[in-house]
Amino acid sequence: MIIELREVTKVYNGQVQALRGVDLEVEPGELLAIVGPSGSGKSTMLHMIGTLDRPTSGTVRIAGHDVAKLTDRQLSALRARHLGFVFQQFHLSPGVTALDNVADGMLYSGAPLRERRRRARKALERVGLGHRLDHKPNQMSGGEQQRVAVARAVVGDPPLLLADEPTGNLDTASGAEVLKVLKDLNDAGTTIAIITHDNDIAEWCPRQVRMRDGRLT
Amino acid sequence: MKPARLSARDVLRVGAVGLRTRPTRVFLSALGIAIGIATMIAVIGISSSSREQLLRQLDRLGTNLLTVGPGQTMFGEEAKLPVKALEMVERIGPVQTAAATGVVDASVRRTDRIPEAVTGGITVQAASAELLKTLEGEVRHGTWLNAATERQPAVVLGSEAAKRLGITRTGVRVWMGDRWFSVIGILGPMTLAPEIERSALVGFPAAERFLDFDGHATTIYERSTDASVEAVRAILPQTVNPENPEEVEVSRPSDGLAAKAAAAGAFTNLLLGLGAVALLVGGVGVANTMVISVLERRKEIGLRRSLGATRGQIRVQFLAESLLLSALGGVVGALLGTLATGGYALSRDWPPIVPPWAIGGAIGATLLIGTIAGIYPAMRAARMSPTMALATT
Repeated sequence: MIIELREVTKVYNGQVQALRGVDLEVEPGELLAIVGPSGSGKSTMLHMIGTLDRPTSGTVRIAGHDVAKLTDRQLSALRARHLGFVFQQFHLSPGVTALDNVADGMLYSGAPLRERRRRARKALERVGLGHRLDHKPNQMSGGEQQRVAVARAVVGDPPLLLADEPTGNLDTASGAEVLKVLKDLNDAGTTIAIITHDNDIAEWCPRQVRMRDGRLT
Repeated sequence: MKPARLSARDVLRVGAVGLRTRPTRVFLSALGIAIGIATMIAVIGISSSSREQLLRQLDRLGTNLLTVGPGQTMFGEEAKLPVKALEMVERIGPVQTAAATGVVDASVRRTDRIPEAVTGGITVQAASAELLKTLEGEVRHGTWLNAATERQPAVVLGSEAAKRLGITRTGVRVWMGDRWFSVIGILGPMTLAPEIERSALVGFPAAERFLDFDGHATTIYERSTDASVEAVRAILPQTVNPENPEEVEVSRPSDGLAAKAAAAGAFTNLLLGLGAVALLVGGVGVANTMVISVLERRKEIGLRRSLGATRGQIRVQFLAESLLLSALGGVVGALLGTLATGGYALSRDWPPIVPPWAIGGAIGATLLIGTIAGIYPAMRAARMSPTMALATT
């Protein structure tokens, strides 16, 4: 089990109930969509699975580690080794080449710069951007930028990739490109969870988890 | 599960990220530090150069010159040195050379049409032949008094006296007492005896013959070997005036220069304080820039946390950025301060000197300021929630 949530609740400011008892199990190698309208708690789900935040009650296990039992430092190490993130807004460093943007994905893994760059080149080739190594974000299309972001997320070969509305800022054609890259990664063994409000993308995934009002439906 | 460490090189790299992408802001906030450091380096450098100049001058002029003058009698009247005083001084063993001057009650003027009261601050003095040698002075134009000219109505002008009279060459005449004297020489500067620069000098015999001089010296200059200066100083009063040694005053002109060299640093404290204030303001500027930088880069911080950065690594990144920022200002400031010192010193013909401790202190000060300015923003950055990067707004 790579993701294991048991009766997870999350309450913000003592009153806003974002999650009201969620159970979820994900096997390695799955490609699933967590889908729901805004306010349904899917962003909070992403924070829980991504170990970016801790639950109010319940248990979160990622790659076998109980999040509640890890310190902040240990959670950072967990993210560095087991998790990759793709964001709706790409979050690439402006003025930095695609290669170095991707290499920064391994900055906190302990690998030396030469090794990080070598693997960044491979990761960029994997997402079909081997010809764009020295381009800066503002010299690339949105779809290309998001593929750079995907390459950054998988450069360290994490077993689990979390994508938050990965096509939200893209037109249909670019979105399809990005989804194809994600499908290829999944075929190669990476577990992928896509958080989205888009039903078409949800339908495209083999497994869908639907959310409403902080519960799975 | 333990997080990996960032190498020193990676710390510098991530610290420089924020600087590279915002060059204008970096320039402006480093400028404050640079101005502060430049001010302090220049102040220290210029005063060190000036002190060095004085010390070298002292070295060149020597510290073995003593002057002897009359003090006051027991009854508070002006004492006089005995007529034989110079002869007695010359007999002291370690004395190498000695000379006397005696103030003459006369004035020197360009013509007899100028009233006698207008002296221009120039003293007429009788001078013995060895004066020039004893003071290690030089004649800029013409010649010094010799055995012949010291008996004739001939005068040698000190540099300042010549300037005040408007005389730039020999061969002209000046009105002294009630007759014409011809100018046979003009002296160069006399750092250890500025009173000679303001004098018109005639020979002792000529002063007695033409200007009613009484033959009493008012100042005796002598040089001895360096080792015996103190011994000579101790016996000078009773040698010059065995009957009333308490009526003799001995001084060492080089003491004045030495005191000046020691005091060269004192007046700079105010300017140093000014530089420190500029540095402090620069530090506040860096802190301000860093706080804004942290606020603007919430998403970058969130992204780095999601990539696996620990709080400590975020803290180190912003501390490194703050240090780089102020170090940049410090290096530029040290460079500017050194250039300013060099330019000023060379324009005054001083040896340009920036003490290494000043540069070391400047580097230390910038690192300290960079750290202090960076602590609060870095803590703030480290405390930010990793969920920031995912917030869509």
